[in-house]
Amino acid sequence: MYGNASSIHYYGQLAKQRLEMGRRETASLLHCDPREVVFLSGGTEADNLAILGTVRSRTASKKHLITTTIEHPAVLNTCRELEREGVDVTYVQAGPNGVVYPADIRNALRPETVLISAMHANNELGTIQPIEEIASIAREAGVLFHVDGVQAAGKIPVDVRSLGVDLYSISGHKLHAPKGIGALYVKNGTRLNAIQFGGRHERERRPGTENVPGAAALGRAAAVAVENLEAESARIASLRDRLEQGILARVPDCGVNGRRSPRTPNTTNIFFDGLEGEAMVISLDLKGFAVSSGSACSSGAVEPSHVLLAIGLSRERARASLRFSLGHSNTEEQVDALIGAVAESAAQLRKLSPTYTAVAVANE
Amino acid sequence: MNNELETTAVAMSGGVDSSVVAGLLHRRGLRVVGLTMQLWNQRRLPELTPEGGATGRCCSLDDVYDARYVAQQLGIPYYVVNFEDRFEEQVVKPFIDEYLAGRTPIPCTLCNNFVKFDQFLDMAAGVGAAHIATGHYARLAYDEAGGRYQMRRSVDAGKDQTYFLFGLKQEQLARTQFPLGEFTKPQVRDLARDLGLPVAGKPDSQEICFVPNGDYAGFIDAYFREQGIAPDQKRGEVVDTQGRVLGEHAGVHRFTVGQRRGLGIAAREPLYVIATEPLSQRVVVGRNEDLLRARMTAKDVNWISIPPIAGPVRAHVRIRNKHIPAAATIYPAADSTRVDVRFDEPQRAVTPGQGAVFYDGDLVLGGGWIE
Repeated sequence: MYGNASSIHYYGQLAKQRLEMGRRETASLLHCDPREVVFLSGGTEADNLAILGTVRSRTASKKHLITTTIEHPAVLNTCRELEREGVDVTYVQAGPNGVVYPADIRNALRPETVLISAMHANNELGTIQPIEEIASIAREAGVLFHVDGVQAAGKIPVDVRSLGVDLYSISGHKLHAPKGIGALYVKNGTRLNAIQFGGRHERERRPGTENVPGAAALGRAAAVAVENLEAESARIASLRDRLEQGILARVPDCGVNGRRSPRTPNTTNIFFDGLEGEAMVISLDLKGFAVSSGSACSSGAVEPSHVLLAIGLSRERARASLRFSLGHSNTEEQVDALIGAVAESAAQLRKLSPTYTAVAVANE
Repeated sequence: MNNELETTAVAMSGGVDSSVVAGLLHRRGLRVVGLTMQLWNQRRLPELTPEGGATGRCCSLDDVYDARYVAQQLGIPYYVVNFEDRFEEQVVKPFIDEYLAGRTPIPCTLCNNFVKFDQFLDMAAGVGAAHIATGHYARLAYDEAGGRYQMRRSVDAGKDQTYFLFGLKQEQLARTQFPLGEFTKPQVRDLARDLGLPVAGKPDSQEICFVPNGDYAGFIDAYFREQGIAPDQKRGEVVDTQGRVLGEHAGVHRFTVGQRRGLGIAAREPLYVIATEPLSQRVVVGRNEDLLRARMTAKDVNWISIPPIAGPVRAHVRIRNKHIPAAATIYPAADSTRVDVRFDEPQRAVTPGQGAVFYDGDLVLGGGWIE
């Protein structure tokens, strides 16, 4: 893959072949045409291109966007930037179950609405959003619909045509491809401006010499995901259920956030009243388990999850919540060891927690 | 768990001192966890950051980068912990309230009492570390005879930080180590080079970490703007000790006892702030002699190296960080949380809100807050 995929010579053509192979495989994951796949650097760039590219393709003086309060910062902060540029944005609240109500999206529509952006699966809760319903609302209103599918692709079946979406973001490393590659599905015929400028790569949607190794890896990862999706999701879902049941049985005063909603198989988010999620993360890491709490700020310190706050959790409970993500390499033995470690860490931390006794009494 | 006893959490700021602490303990074979406290979000109050950025401020990304690099070189686990909420409640807000009440607070002492030797101790215990170690210059030892942890000034008199540590309770001291108390700063820098630490040549940090360039009045104004609060304090009068109006000022929080510059009044002899009166919004100015006080009371007294006193005790009392401790007799007050301090010689600028720390030679007897 030494050659430049845009070059005419033999080495360039070799690279081009790998690039296009990756594009076909990525398209098969999304059930779209390869010509509708734009390679770029990752989920964040895909979201930026979808949102900024749509808004900038419209010339109306008043423009309006609809998104939700539980989106990833790649979407939220892009919308906030557009607000500074004079675009109106409605942030639709999600319900306490971690799912957005399509009717709320419909009610937010305005004549000047140009785009709806909503995630397929939430990154912190795993909750799956009603994409088909929102898509039909968008279609009726003649509004483009972008879906951030970073947490869904490879974990649940994704068919962009039957979902009825116009733009769909995916990220390579969520599928076990390397970091630094992602893709945006752009439905054939969609008006989308480029947001970076240079050569005529990727059908003039995204300039820059193509990341051929990245695209090839994303394609391969997509093909593996397609092949294993059904069996792996069932296996990982059963590990997730085992983890939840084990923790709920062994640790008092905890519960699963967003439990009653349809969820991706790999994610669970559990609150442990009266303790600091940050301390739990460190304690578990020192025992060899990698879990997360909230979102990392630039220094690496933990800030309470904006998603958990948005679905109505108190600041205390948001801080007391942990996200567990399971993957293809995890086993039942590991899950059982994790349950033991969580129980031990929670007990140890609660012994020290001044707020826990109060919480425990209140919960009785 | 057995290794609870062996693990020590080191409070790592990214500076030379705390990096050496981590390196020393690691070299002694202890299990060490490095933790950096994220205390203040430096993106807040951007108007206070000069063009080109402020230097020497805590919690900056550069300091976290350095701490992480040191931990990685030592091969110890390292985490940044978010204590911003506690810091704002227990340090920043009281700091502002004190200024608005006409006192001159010491945020470092509040941070030690309520963050570093409180929440940080809890966090350390929570992650399995029974002890913490910090880069403070002070010495600690358990005195069998008295049954107490005793604190002494550091070997390096110029770096001694016991003035800021007077609030520490016995149960906090029992779980704390100050490995640098036995070293001078040049020795610590040598150790840093010995240990191969990448921060060996880093300059020392500033005093008040969250206030850039020492402009606390500017900080308070910016904080109120951020919170959308109209500050209570208005313009007020500058008066002399007889109550004669000499001029106007823009808020009592801009003044501290003993201050000479920035009064905006032309006078034949140098004028100093004698007192600030938040209720009347008056700033009282006078001559240098008017600043001398022979007595004061201290509240919320904490005794470290000796048990609470029952009768008068001779001591040297330090009334601000760079003050040379002055000989005095300390009398217990009727209220057991207070003491009455009578100096042998009157002291200049006894400032409400500052700490009064009592020494017997090197030994830190205890301390309280000047009223």
